[in-house]
Amino acid sequence: MTRRGSVLAFGGRPRTRTPMPRDLAHLSDEALVALVARSDEVALGELYDRFGRVAYGLARRILRDDALAEDAVQEGFLAAWRSAPRFVPERAKASTWLLTLVHRRAVDLVRREERRRAETLDERVHTTDASSDEAVWLRFERERVQAALARLPDQQREALELAYYGGFTQSELSERLGQPLGTIKSRMFTGLGRLRELLTEPEAEGREQWKPTPSTS
Amino acid sequence: MEADAIHELTAAYALDALDEREEREYEAHLARCPRCREELASFTETATSLAYGVESPAPPPGLRDRILERARAERPNVVPLRPAWRSWTAAAAAVAACAAIGLGIWAVTLSRSLDRTRSAREQQARVLSIVSDPAARRFALSGAHGTLVVSRTGAAALLVSNLRPAPAGKTYEAWVIQSRSPRRAGTFAEAKPFRLTRPVPEGAVVAVTLERHGGVEAPTGTPITAAKA
Repeated sequence: MTRRGSVLAFGGRPRTRTPMPRDLAHLSDEALVALVARSDEVALGELYDRFGRVAYGLARRILRDDALAEDAVQEGFLAAWRSAPRFVPERAKASTWLLTLVHRRAVDLVRREERRRAETLDERVHTTDASSDEAVWLRFERERVQAALARLPDQQREALELAYYGGFTQSELSERLGQPLGTIKSRMFTGLGRLRELLTEPEAEGREQWKPTPSTS
Repeated sequence: MEADAIHELTAAYALDALDEREEREYEAHLARCPRCREELASFTETATSLAYGVESPAPPPGLRDRILERARAERPNVVPLRPAWRSWTAAAAAVAACAAIGLGIWAVTLSRSLDRTRSAREQQARVLSIVSDPAARRFALSGAHGTLVVSRTGAAALLVSNLRPAPAGKTYEAWVIQSRSPRRAGTFAEAKPFRLTRPVPEGAVVAVTLERHGGVEAPTGTPITAAKA
């Protein structure tokens, strides 16, 4: 329960969409995956309530199509349903694992459909519903990640965005940007390394409260 | 590849930016390189934080139920497979298991190629489990040669044999129609066995239309083929 931890710290509780026979809100993400591994669909629903929205936003960004984004999210969550018994919590956070599965499905779809049109990657954000705790928290997270991205050198940011949001392989990027493959590899490697530093370094503007806290309360 | 060059691929791998051949090469290296495994775990986490960098509108309200419905339909997956299918899936599973051992335990969580193999294998296995279910009901398609197979749980597969590949910019889209209201049941590009993405209740009609790339929310054309379950 890391990123969600910040929501709880903020004083809100993740909204649950449907009344559940059991309340799993107190469980960590990893504990939920352990339940999902035992075919507990209430736990799967709770995982969806925690990450469905960010997963959908990600898939929509990659696929640029609401219906395909739904397919990618559905396939990602079903992949989690099937492979939860093989999840190793020592290796990755549950949220990382789950979003990796969704990202993979979205990238596979975009490559298959050849509909990856990342020409207008600069889709900066309009505030939508700022009402729920979840929306508020996601907006702050988004600002934090975008601020970190904005501090990267342009070429590194471009390589990361085209790869992660555009679904381009490094070879496709090399062709598209007219740069040797080695250059693209270095940009991704250096860029991702730098992004990691930017995201983990303490921020000046008193935003510490938004940093992931390993809280299960 | 030189060790340093391949070490650099850790970032591309974490971003899902390798093609299948490169993935396999990199994973072979990963199995022998603890430094890369550690770096990968950390890079994957950083890459995933990019998921939070985009606008996240609320997903459509029906998606949650659809996922749970599909999960539920898959759970009692105890339909005995015919021997031929069984050995085929067992062989695939054995290959995947060997790959997992070769790569080390980390792979089980984050391996891309394993996940891909598994995904393709499971798709196929799920179609096979429907088709080989002796209790499944079968319906001939009108308008095309083929069969709609619906299992006891409502999970359904569409087997169409004389369908041309969808033209460029188009896709086939399946629909489950109840009380005249069509609901999306997945897209496909060619005449391969296809598992519908939503269950088919008794009495519902399954139809296929040709739609624009990526599919649409509601059918626009006349059905190419249909069957009543």
